[in-house]
Amino acid sequence: MSDLVKVESPLQHADFAALSALTTEGGVVLREDALLGHVNLRGNAQDPEFVAGVAKALGLALPLAPCSSAQNDDTTIMWLSPDEWIILVEGGKEEATEASLRANLTGHFAVSDISGGQTILELSGDDCIKVLQKSTGYDVHLDNFPIGKVVGTTFAKSSAHIRRTGEQSFQLVIRRSFSDYIWLWLQQSSKEYGLRIAL
Amino acid sequence: MKQVNRLDDGGRINRQTPLNFTFNDKTYQGFEGDTLASALLANGVDVVGRSFKYSRPRGVITADAQEPNAIFQVGSNDASTIPNPRATQTELYANLVCSSTNGWPNVDFDLMGTVGKVGGSAMPPGFYYKTFMFPQSMWMSYEKMIRKGAGLGCSPLQPDPDSYDKLNHHCDVMVVGAGPAGLSAALAAARAGARVIIADEQNEMGGSLLCSTELIDETAAAVWLVSTLTELAENDNVLLLPRSTAFGYYDQNYIGINERRSDHIGETNSNGTRQRLHKVRAKQVILATGAHERPLVFGNNDVPGCMLASAVTTYINRYAVVPGNRLALMTTNDNAYKAAIAWHDAGKSVVLIADTRPSADGFLVKEAMKRGIKVEFGHGIIDVKGSKRVKSVEVAPLSADGKSVSGQAVSYTCDTVASSGGWSPVLHLSSHTGSKPIWRDDIQGFVPGKTEQAQHICGGIQGVYDLSQVLEDGIKCGLAAAGDAGKNVSSLELLAPTVTKNIETPAMALFHIPHFKPTSRAPKQFVDYQNDVTAAGIELANREGFESIEHVKRYTALGFGTDQGKLGNINGMAITANSLGKTIPETGTTIFRPMYTPVTFGALSGSDVKQLFDPARFTAMHSWHVDNGAEFEDVGQWKRPWYYPKPGETMEQALARECLATRNSVGLLDASTLGKIDIQGKDAREFLNRVYTNPWSQLAVGKCRYGVMCKEDGMVFDDGVTACINDNRFQMTTTTGGAAGVLNWLELWHQTEWPELEVYFSTVTDHWSTMTISGPNSRKVLEKLTDADVSNEAFPYMGWIAAEVAGVKARIFRISFTGELSFEINVQANFGLHCWEAVVAAGQEFDITPYGTETMHILRAEKGFIIVGQDTDGSVTPQDLDMNWVVGKKKAFSYLGKRSWTREDNERTDRKQFVGLKPKDPKVVLPEGAQIVFDKDQPIPMTMVGHVTSSYYSACLGYSFALAVVKGGLERKGQSVFVPLADGTTIEAEICSSVFYDPKGDRQNV
Amino acid sequence: MLHIYCPYCEEFREEDEFHPVGEAHIERPLEPEALTDEQWSQYLFFRKNPRGLHHEMWVHGAGCRKFFNMTRHTVTYKILETYKMGQQPSVVAEESE
Repeated sequence: MSDLVKVESPLQHADFAALSALTTEGGVVLREDALLGHVNLRGNAQDPEFVAGVAKALGLALPLAPCSSAQNDDTTIMWLSPDEWIILVEGGKEEATEASLRANLTGHFAVSDISGGQTILELSGDDCIKVLQKSTGYDVHLDNFPIGKVVGTTFAKSSAHIRRTGEQSFQLVIRRSFSDYIWLWLQQSSKEYGLRIAL
Repeated sequence: MKQVNRLDDGGRINRQTPLNFTFNDKTYQGFEGDTLASALLANGVDVVGRSFKYSRPRGVITADAQEPNAIFQVGSNDASTIPNPRATQTELYANLVCSSTNGWPNVDFDLMGTVGKVGGSAMPPGFYYKTFMFPQSMWMSYEKMIRKGAGLGCSPLQPDPDSYDKLNHHCDVMVVGAGPAGLSAALAAARAGARVIIADEQNEMGGSLLCSTELIDETAAAVWLVSTLTELAENDNVLLLPRSTAFGYYDQNYIGINERRSDHIGETNSNGTRQRLHKVRAKQVILATGAHERPLVFGNNDVPGCMLASAVTTYINRYAVVPGNRLALMTTNDNAYKAAIAWHDAGKSVVLIADTRPSADGFLVKEAMKRGIKVEFGHGIIDVKGSKRVKSVEVAPLSADGKSVSGQAVSYTCDTVASSGGWSPVLHLSSHTGSKPIWRDDIQGFVPGKTEQAQHICGGIQGVYDLSQVLEDGIKCGLAAAGDAGKNVSSLELLAPTVTKNIETPAMALFHIPHFKPTSRAPKQFVDYQNDVTAAGIELANREGFESIEHVKRYTALGFGTDQGKLGNINGMAITANSLGKTIPETGTTIFRPMYTPVTFGALSGSDVKQLFDPARFTAMHSWHVDNGAEFEDVGQWKRPWYYPKPGETMEQALARECLATRNSVGLLDASTLGKIDIQGKDAREFLNRVYTNPWSQLAVGKCRYGVMCKEDGMVFDDGVTACINDNRFQMTTTTGGAAGVLNWLELWHQTEWPELEVYFSTVTDHWSTMTISGPNSRKVLEKLTDADVSNEAFPYMGWIAAEVAGVKARIFRISFTGELSFEINVQANFGLHCWEAVVAAGQEFDITPYGTETMHILRAEKGFIIVGQDTDGSVTPQDLDMNWVVGKKKAFSYLGKRSWTREDNERTDRKQFVGLKPKDPKVVLPEGAQIVFDKDQPIPMTMVGHVTSSYYSACLGYSFALAVVKGGLERKGQSVFVPLADGTTIEAEICSSVFYDPKGDRQNV
Repeated sequence: MLHIYCPYCEEFREEDEFHPVGEAHIERPLEPEALTDEQWSQYLFFRKNPRGLHHEMWVHGAGCRKFFNMTRHTVTYKILETYKMGQQPSVVAEESE
């Protein structure tokens, strides 16, 4: 692919780079983890060959418990449903990931590159829990939502997969076409706490 | 102005912070800590409004949510104004502006009041009921009079400048009500380690303790209150929500709470949230909502100065306001004596306590007597004299059962009448979930009945009124709830604080005080103040045969006001029961429904307003469309370019330009919004065979096919092109609006009926950006952007290739929705704008013209291509569309929809069928949606035989045309139909083929 | 608002994550062509509307996208159970109800 190719994340127009210079304080911190590789995987979790094949292809065991996730330095896997996962890798590695999965899997499975279709927002800060409470009816209390858990739920009038990455930090997996709405929503719902954009 | 009724000390008000406010254009002063009602009473304001029907002057009657009279319009301007908050629950703030809602033209001089009580005579009881039987036109004129005369407040005329939002919560124990019962329950549950939320509608937590003179653990109740609140506030697991009304209790322990965060500060809060809606999902709910005092029903009991006994106590003890000088008290119970004692202790005169019981010797009775207050047992106040303020009362001896007057009346001069008929548990919330209240004779009140919710109740709501018992009940209840929520409470020993238990004489069951005259001729005895429902009105309803309490309600409007009959419902039922010779439980009960008190629309909308009202979805090329002057159209939630007017161009001109450019050279469309589904698995082909009407077994790799989907009833519900990527993989395209529905449809059939088929579906709608280049020069544009061979030989119509376009990996589909040579370029969306700009640059030499959805619609309609949802409406089969070619005849599986086409009704030959229409006048564009008739001379109602589904002027054809469904239309080509318009004229059109342009389809095949 | 246990996510979720689909256990006839119009219309259009226990199909739209069934009381709204597709309810209405 030529260097002249312009690549834009779904929130390109929000210009987080400029905003990050403007805002230095706030109870809510937002960062876009833009342009990652997103690969959707479908398969039978009851099939040991499928599970083993994924582990071999990714070097990371497939999370099988409902609402769980797995992560190593290169790869994050989130459980979406008993037969569906989303795999996040470094941007540009999605094709290699897809190829590796196809090479190591047999039987019934499906792999779709959906890197253009979604983006990741990282929400953190002392008041990020409040923002989540405004956005989703899911119980985000640490007792119910431990670190590493992934929940597919409603997010304002859209939806998201939310993964807890720390006591005060979360990843949101959101769809490209809804990203501007969610960006507006997060600005509104974090207004009272102050919103800081991080890079 | 001096606050004539304010005491020099005492109360929970801050005399250091005086607050000015305006009521009905007059300025008064109150203090921080006042409600609007207490401030008005402090200023000696007697009349706060006029009644609905009789236009009688009315004053503040309660100190709580029951208030029927002091209902105001609050706010200084058209944006901030709020209709109908209760002055008793409106905290005073500096420069508050309010006015009576139903004083017209003003509360002291009322036009309706002077014209012979127009409202009253025009509106006998049953007005609502009888009016509904009248023709609509009558209701309109009645309604005008009612609205103007009574007024139920004005809605804001300007946009609300404030912000509102919503917060979701989950907890172990949700406590509603922070009186002594709720607080001890919350304390116990919190100590057991539960996540607790406690909400209370008042500005301060404490409930009855805020005006109590009782001692807890031998110190003032306020001391216990402070220590309890401190402990709760310091516990991280406890959320305290003051100024928060639990307005609704919904299924499975879901509670709606409206928190008023800044209403008490002032009108607009530019920095934060004015009201916040808390939505709480609780494992256990504790209702500690207490009880409301019932007034007694007696003659002229609505004259300003008539109040609830507990309200009098509250105004004196909590707000340091004695709302008069000379008090007469009528009671059926001991508790109300507190009002007389407080009144007396404040240095004012109590002229009499009329106790309806034959005798009483409880603690409070003795306390009153100790103070030398005159008590008349076996007496009642049967009538009140006065108009804008009580002047005197008539007190008469009553029979032992309280049903008749047994002697001469004596007149007492006074300015205030307090009454108490006992207490009604506040069971509204439990009632919201469908639980039927149960009557208890021992407490003369309804309590919550059997419930499906994980619900606990404590304190006044279950008739426990004695403070020492209330505190004990709360602890027990809090521990039980925490235990039920899974907390270990076995080791927890909690002792209730000590409170002296006072001896009480049992209350008397009495609701309606008799008069010498029968009720129908006695002075008006009000039951429901807001709707002017009287005891006589209820008895009239009973006589007219309305015996069910639900019918009585609708006949008399009892409980129909903004107060929902909090004050009057039980009295109304008691009067009905008495007049029918039944008991109260036999008479029935009324079900309270949400909201407990009115909630503003602002709070219910939260932040979902303006640009957050509905998500707007954008494609990767949106910024280009904006920069290039596109007008946008909403397609579902998507913002799609509608057309791209050049400066000075009308829409018509722009569309003509876009259409001609596409037909003659090349046009460019953003088609990213079409739904795209990645279908993988060895049974993908078989699955397509089952959900599409046409066959898929023979579709080769590298080829595309158009398909139609029907529901099981045989009606078309989506269409689109599906491409074979490889033998186990297909990419399906759906309509923009149908994307989510089709994916769900495929999952439904796979998961529920055919799980044995090995196939997976994933949405890739957002992953791909799609741009369509269409027109005779489109290949030349594409050739500049790719090295791939895109000649007709190498890349024929209805094929697809993977190729690099503008340096980006792409899938190119050679399909056409315009009838022209077309290429649909799909690239990963992060490269969408890059690729789009490259196409525009490459197309410049051909004057490539971006076009929007409107031009797309015209071009496809010229070709007779349907748009599902515009030309179809869920009642159209493929056969109706003359699309038999898309129906598989030999498929082994009886695919979705097939069986229904042979249902008798679907085989009728006179079904509405899809045809073209050519207006006789080539300049006239038929209105879309217009009805079609065969006989233009038929008198109304005409026989309608179809309607226009799509209609345009074609710049390419030079005439207007339309698509339509017409009964038996396929056999009627060449015949005329008529489109009657609203103005009485008709347009004649000829039925023709639905394909107007290039009927052989040569242009797309070049 | 209902509080629904998703048998696939294995936890309770708020109702707004779900969509009701209709009556559960409606099986598509294996040979539609063998049915009379009346028999076919029974499958197409006719549904129970009981006062009491009802078996309904729901989909966890905002969550795992799985369809499942629910036994719910239509008067009290009490949810007695949710169970996976292909399973039978453990609670059924009395015939007399």
